[in-house]
Amino acid sequence: MNKPIAPAAPARDIKAIVNAGLAHRHAAERRFRLYGLVAISLGLAFVVLMFASIISKGYPAFWQTYIELPVAFDAAVIDPEGKRDPKVLENADYAALVRASLRSLFPQVEGRRDLRALYALASSSAPLQLRAAVLDNPTLIGSTQPVWVLASATVDTFVKGNIDRSLDETLRPIKDQDIAWVDKLRADDRLERRFNSILFNHGDSREPEQAGIRGALMGSFYTLLVTFLLSFPIGVATAVYLEEFAPKNRWTDLIEVNINNLAAVPSIVFGLLGLAVFINFFGLPRSAPLVGGLVLSLMTLPVIIIAGRAALTSVPPSIREAALGMGASKLQMVGHHVLPLAMPGMLTGSIIGMARALGESAPLLMIGMVAFIVDIPKGMFDPATVLPVQIYLWADLPERAFVERTSAAIMVLLAFMILMNGLAIILRKRFERRW
Amino acid sequence: MIKQKIALALAANLTLAGAAQAQSARDYISIVGSSTVYPFSTAVAEQFGKTNSSFKTPKVESTGTGGGFKLFCGGVGTEYPDIANASRPIKKSEIETCAKNGVKEIIEVNIGFDGIVIASSKKNKPMALTLEDLWLALAKEVPEPGTGKLVANPFKTWKDVNPELPANKIEVLGPPPTSGTRDAFVELVMDHGCKKFPVIKDLEKSDEKKAKAICGTLREDGAYIEAGENDNLIVNKLVANSNALGIFGYSFMEENLDKVQGETVNGVAPNFENIADGKYPISRPLFFYVKKAHVGVIPGIKEFIAEFTSEKAAGDEGYLSNKGLIPLPKDKRKQVAADANSLKTLAP
Repeated sequence: MNKPIAPAAPARDIKAIVNAGLAHRHAAERRFRLYGLVAISLGLAFVVLMFASIISKGYPAFWQTYIELPVAFDAAVIDPEGKRDPKVLENADYAALVRASLRSLFPQVEGRRDLRALYALASSSAPLQLRAAVLDNPTLIGSTQPVWVLASATVDTFVKGNIDRSLDETLRPIKDQDIAWVDKLRADDRLERRFNSILFNHGDSREPEQAGIRGALMGSFYTLLVTFLLSFPIGVATAVYLEEFAPKNRWTDLIEVNINNLAAVPSIVFGLLGLAVFINFFGLPRSAPLVGGLVLSLMTLPVIIIAGRAALTSVPPSIREAALGMGASKLQMVGHHVLPLAMPGMLTGSIIGMARALGESAPLLMIGMVAFIVDIPKGMFDPATVLPVQIYLWADLPERAFVERTSAAIMVLLAFMILMNGLAIILRKRFERRW
Repeated sequence: MIKQKIALALAANLTLAGAAQAQSARDYISIVGSSTVYPFSTAVAEQFGKTNSSFKTPKVESTGTGGGFKLFCGGVGTEYPDIANASRPIKKSEIETCAKNGVKEIIEVNIGFDGIVIASSKKNKPMALTLEDLWLALAKEVPEPGTGKLVANPFKTWKDVNPELPANKIEVLGPPPTSGTRDAFVELVMDHGCKKFPVIKDLEKSDEKKAKAICGTLREDGAYIEAGENDNLIVNKLVANSNALGIFGYSFMEENLDKVQGETVNGVAPNFENIADGKYPISRPLFFYVKKAHVGVIPGIKEFIAEFTSEKAAGDEGYLSNKGLIPLPKDKRKQVAADANSLKTLAP
């Protein structure tokens, strides 16, 4: 018989000791929870701060000021010979129409300098807008129509209240007489704020009011398409081979270490590699989404391979054994059973990898995608830029009106990020199997 | 699995098609180079694309002056850029590299000036600086007050540098060494600011290289803060820290006159007129360089040069001056435009 080593009396002592220490231990736990809470709320506070700053700066960019001009489509200016020849209509001096209509609104303005300032109220896109309208509908010629044209960026910034009118005239980009004109236009109901569809429909421009992210969005789309088409099949195939077929020896260990290393390589290195291999050696065009996609797929491949292998290992061996036991070949076992079960995990990994690729700008510096491109790319070979690069380029421009557009572009990028990461979470929640 | 095969086949097709495409001719102008010239070059490119419906809008890359010349001088052929923007004249070594790679005829076009301003927050009292003050405040080694021997920069406040200046801590936010603005600042401020001191004069006679190094080396003890390439960032930092001075391009000051003020240098205020006159000491010429061999091969180069040098772009009231470019004096402008449009190349 084993006798208790300690006598009965000290047992009460142990309880006392435990009780004495209990308060201390509970306090430690409370403290630990508090630290956790502080850490999380600090993190959240920064996220809220970032979002608040970006959104408060960026939301005005979704609105754009328009001016209503009574435009007299003067036949003598547009089509003096009256033949309605499209060539003539295309090359007519539509800027003169804009100038004339501004003069008709403010007939008292005189002198070259003042007139120049007056003409600057409307965006330089106004003549192009009139040209498009006339080419679309030549019957306009000879009539006077109210036309809403874009206000210049300075007027827009002022109307949005981003320029303090109480400042001394020399200190603000908009002069007293401009303010008087804008006030008059506003009093006459000739000023309107509308949803800024240009931001989503136009390519880049040096005039803030005409600048849009469509070009960058399409560039990002083509780049990511190439990235996905390359990195997903190759990544999945690599993961399957390494996990299911490859012998476990020194060589596969070496490959595994290298893949893990590659996932941690700074992205600019992939850019340099892309420049040396794809552009200088293979002679692919600079600034093309194809090259961007190739570089980014180098970057996302390791992420997809690692996620894919993790998904494959989480499929229990019993499934494999059952399949093999029923007479399936190894390829059938993988193709029919293991891969479908691992697919949600692999897709989640790929989407997270793609989201990272979407936000990447550093490797694209080297391959010429940091560029001013007005025309919207129509394919993988047209010069293009991507959303993060567009943000970087706009942030660097002196015009004040680009500040809000930069933030607006960041909001669009963040929206895509949230969408992609949300998709990854939904996929995981819906299809994940627990064993 | 079948889907995967399709994807693989697609990917393979893409790569092949890409290689084939690369060999076909480029039908748009490709421009690379300085980030200082970028805002002007892009404005011209956009205007050019809009007004000439027969040409595509040129592509403008912001690679920095040096990086631009490296690409530009890579060779002749559609895979190399046609035009390089530069915030300094092309160097002899770059001309040699160009020539080695077959780029023999280069057209140089001076488009105007860019002023570099020393600015502070509006909350601060304006300071009247001289090039010597700036050098003493920012050089790594300066003559010790009294003895005149070179010592590690001991100055902590502007008052230490010059008794007439306020007793504010020396804190200057400026561009990093990779920036062309930094090169220009060193050349225009530091290299000139040191010239008046006897110890430098002596050194120049005995060891010119060392004198140049002493003049041009910025201090590294935290008084000069490398604030990154983004000039807007420096403007925002000045607003947050009213003690600091910032170094950036004139166009950024012009857009932010409600937040920052430019300090006078050698008694001259940094404004449009003074920079255009050449009175303001810290200004540099801006250029673009055209590969003559590409004129006629890539459509629109001649027209692009004409647009860039036209009065409506580079003139006194041209759209580039609205973007902050300081135009050349009228006579010089005419000369430059005539030379450029007749495709006059640099003398070898």
